[in-house]
Amino acid sequence: MSIFEYNGSALVAMVGKNCFAIASDRRLGVQLQTIATDFQRISKIHDRVFLGLSGLATDAQTLYQRLVFRHKLYQLREERDMKPETFANLVSAILYEKRFGPYFCQPVIAGLGDEDKPFICTMDSIGAKELAKDFVVAGTASESLYGACESMFKQDMEPEELFETVSQALLSSVDRDCLSGWGGHVYVVTPTEVKERILKGRMD
Amino acid sequence: MGDSQYSFSLTTFSPSGKLVQIEHALTAVGSGQTSLGIKAANGVVIATEKKLPSILVDETSVQKIQSDTKYWSCLQVFLSFHLLSRKLSYGMGPDFRVLVRKSRNQAEQYHRLYKEPIPVTQLVRETAAVMQEFTQSGGVRPFGVSLLVAGYDDNGPQLYQVDPSGSYFSWKASAMGKNVSNAKTFLEKRYTDDMELDDAVHTAILTLKEGFEGQISGKNIEIGIIGTDKKFRVLTPAEIDDYLAEVE
Repeated sequence: MSIFEYNGSALVAMVGKNCFAIASDRRLGVQLQTIATDFQRISKIHDRVFLGLSGLATDAQTLYQRLVFRHKLYQLREERDMKPETFANLVSAILYEKRFGPYFCQPVIAGLGDEDKPFICTMDSIGAKELAKDFVVAGTASESLYGACESMFKQDMEPEELFETVSQALLSSVDRDCLSGWGGHVYVVTPTEVKERILKGRMD
Repeated sequence: MGDSQYSFSLTTFSPSGKLVQIEHALTAVGSGQTSLGIKAANGVVIATEKKLPSILVDETSVQKIQSDTKYWSCLQVFLSFHLLSRKLSYGMGPDFRVLVRKSRNQAEQYHRLYKEPIPVTQLVRETAAVMQEFTQSGGVRPFGVSLLVAGYDDNGPQLYQVDPSGSYFSWKASAMGKNVSNAKTFLEKRYTDDMELDDAVHTAILTLKEGFEGQISGKNIEIGIIGTDKKFRVLTPAEIDDYLAEVE
């Protein structure tokens, strides 16, 4: 089994009309044994930038801590929050620093940039950025997620419709993956508020 | 830095609580040719005298105003420095070049990390930190230059002065060098918050003219500007002559 599949994960981020949604599954496993069913894969960097980390959980935790550290210093020095594009570049640079001994994570970054324009991107474990205008996926369920998102995605969805789409895409994809699932965690972010919702799906 | 015999700092406190080396460095700066900077509502101008020690010097090779960052016309910050006219050989010109090199490095590192042009305050902070290092490390001396840093970023036009001690100040208008007190008084009278860039260039020229020995022309002063397009330019002698004609 590949190291990326050790803990199991599913992550998806989608762009809507002046909003974005980022969602993950909740299972934490050690190969085939389920250890936790409330694992947080998505973290807030600041009100307008969210980071999801799939892959090896220990690397995800450490990487998250390092990035929060960098962001806090940035906030102190520059007296402003990082733009999502800037944050994505920082993550890419930090991952590449470990080119020959990488973090076994695949990050998904989603945020609202200037003029409330939604921004999403993903990258591989050594920092190769992949920008997208519609959706990005990561994790052990990524192949199913690609299929589900491709067929369910529409341009310029309002926050409520976006939530429904992301939730359906996530739940149907993790059902086809034994290593991810046990519910979902969805954040829908608009310029004015962040709505966090827990999904109940097939608990297996 | 340096070998073990010089692991102590040469810049030490005097009994009266002063760092004498830095005072000397500031004296060195204060005896150089006049430089000034003015922050306008839509840009910044930096001007300096460029008196060459002899007519045999090729003036096109002497550049006191240097650009610091240059990518995709997002932000261009440039530094002007305060030159001791006859003491180039004592290491002040080279001091400037070393600082420009380090600042350019910092700016590019920032860009590599964040793909964003470095904000002026950050660049100034890091350059100042370098200058401070040289007042507290073993076997080195402080830099013999004060820098005027002008830039245009998301917070608008900005003008900073960085001293050999490593302290930095944000100015609306500032001068340094031989004629500093007259120049500053002149600027205090002439400065207005809503000055446009062209007015600022005129004011800069007039200020330089105040203490200028000899005939001022496009060949013996250097002027650099940065406007809302965030691109800096060093004015050509011909352009300076045009401004001079307007001023008279």
